[in-house]
Amino acid sequence: MKIIAIDCSGLVASVAIVEDDNLIAEYNVQYKKTHSQTLLPMLDEIKRMTELDLSTVDAIALSKGPGSFTGLRIGSATAKGLSQALDIPIVEVGTLEGLSCNLYGTASLVCPIMDARRNQVYTGIFSYERKEDGFELVTHLKDCASGIEDLIDKVSDVSRETGKDVIFLGDGVPVFKEVIAERIGVPYSFAPAHMNRQRAASFAPLAMRYFEKGMAVSCFEHAPEYLRLSQAEREKYEGIANKGSNYKTDDGK
Amino acid sequence: MDKDIKILSIESSCDETAAAVTVNGREVLSNIIYSQIVFHEEYGGVVPEIASRKHIEKINQVIDRALKEAGSTLDDIDAIAVTYGPGLVGALLVGVSAAKAIAFAKNIPLVGVHHIEGHICANFIENRELEPPFICLVASGGHSHLVSVKDYGVYEIIGRTRDDAAGEAFDKVARAIGLGYPGGPKIDKAAREGDPDSIVFPRAKVEGSEYDFSFSGLKSAVLNYLNQAEMKGETVNTANVAASFQKAVVDVLVEHSINAVKMCGSKKFAIAGGVASNTALRTELERRCDMEGIEFYRPSPVYCTDNAAMIGTAGYYEFIKGARSGYDLNAVPALELGKR
Repeated sequence: MKIIAIDCSGLVASVAIVEDDNLIAEYNVQYKKTHSQTLLPMLDEIKRMTELDLSTVDAIALSKGPGSFTGLRIGSATAKGLSQALDIPIVEVGTLEGLSCNLYGTASLVCPIMDARRNQVYTGIFSYERKEDGFELVTHLKDCASGIEDLIDKVSDVSRETGKDVIFLGDGVPVFKEVIAERIGVPYSFAPAHMNRQRAASFAPLAMRYFEKGMAVSCFEHAPEYLRLSQAEREKYEGIANKGSNYKTDDGK
Repeated sequence: MDKDIKILSIESSCDETAAAVTVNGREVLSNIIYSQIVFHEEYGGVVPEIASRKHIEKINQVIDRALKEAGSTLDDIDAIAVTYGPGLVGALLVGVSAAKAIAFAKNIPLVGVHHIEGHICANFIENRELEPPFICLVASGGHSHLVSVKDYGVYEIIGRTRDDAAGEAFDKVARAIGLGYPGGPKIDKAAREGDPDSIVFPRAKVEGSEYDFSFSGLKSAVLNYLNQAEMKGETVNTANVAASFQKAVVDVLVEHSINAVKMCGSKKFAIAGGVASNTALRTELERRCDMEGIEFYRPSPVYCTDNAAMIGTAGYYEFIKGARSGYDLNAVPALELGKR
């Protein structure tokens, strides 16, 4: 089977074409241009380079969130447009489990952190467990927005329980490196550049497994998973009196 | 042009998710609008993040319905037109990204369209005989422009608002007198029960720019009036405030428009944008244009509100001139009219 995988949940725009066990092409860009300017030209470039016939693509794999609200929507609208026009389904993969795929098979705990502003990170805690047909991801902390200190304490606890050291990755690392170093009491490391950001090719194999299990949705069903309400809704639920149309766009990061 | 040009158009600049299929710019095969108004009403205005979230949930359904109602598939679409500005950046990005992906997947030419150009071109849909040059008043929640339409896609802005857009003033006053959001239709309705000459609100002139608008002074005058009445313990007649405020807005819009038409020596005048649905404005413009011997064009309300058919019309005239957008087309929230 052949899939196009897309991730623009964070600072990186990433697209890949993967066919069965072969990575045909991957294009990652971490640059100041917006994903709206980079994502589709990147896909166009690898399509031309590899003479891809779009009618042979079976599904679009998409990093569904959490992440930058605007980034998620650019990826989502692109995936949904491709899905609608090519009449193929979308396979959703969580951004954090997708990031964890960069460290497939590691014996360490995997702790992706994405800067979520407001002094929080989007995070989860994962590890790999050996099964008959390869490694499977085990979740110790489900996707959430967490204060960095709370997360460090939690991942330290899991580390002591499991006897595993911790690998941090994601665009939250440069922001919280010092805090982690100061507070953590267990062995840890930071993933190097080639595996520390979202990569479409990394989660494409997982998306294929989901697809084979029937876990795919139509373009009408898919929407990003933000993990957070809009600021206006949050203030409403928090009971803060706030009338008026002068709301600022609340971008997750 | 020998062959008919069929365009799929997409609009998501504010709180309406819309898609349409049009032929040769003037024939509408479908015009689907999903309005988010109920989700924004309780906040008293459009919340950008909520608007963006609703767009992404509905964009494909709206496109699908537009194609089905038109009896079309993507295979017989000649071009895709999409609004890329001005508007809310997060909202625009949903339509732009979806349009680009579809254009890429089906190898269909893509044309980015200016939202205001769409509003102006809405006049072409129901008036097959209308052709440039003419003068157009564009008034909506986000815009108040007097535009000289010199040719298809060639515009000169004669006047613009210095502060609030006309529709914005309607929203703010409606909120102050407890009518809620959206203010335009609610004030229009309330004003029918009121006396437009009962309260005298100012008609603002902009020093040195006789075609520019300013509505924030008028808004403040209404708020002052309400405050004073409250301090004196007087009950405010909402209908009279609505009618008097509306008359003040209409007077200024009409006066500037008629003067602009005369100044340009034009005999054709059109209106566009959400505020163009206002019944008092339409009636007064009909009267004045009739008096002055000016041909008056106004779109039906469905083409005044944000819709995609108008984007298809504007896109058509850009398309036949050879305009094409690349896959790097971005949303431009403050896009200027006439710039590409």
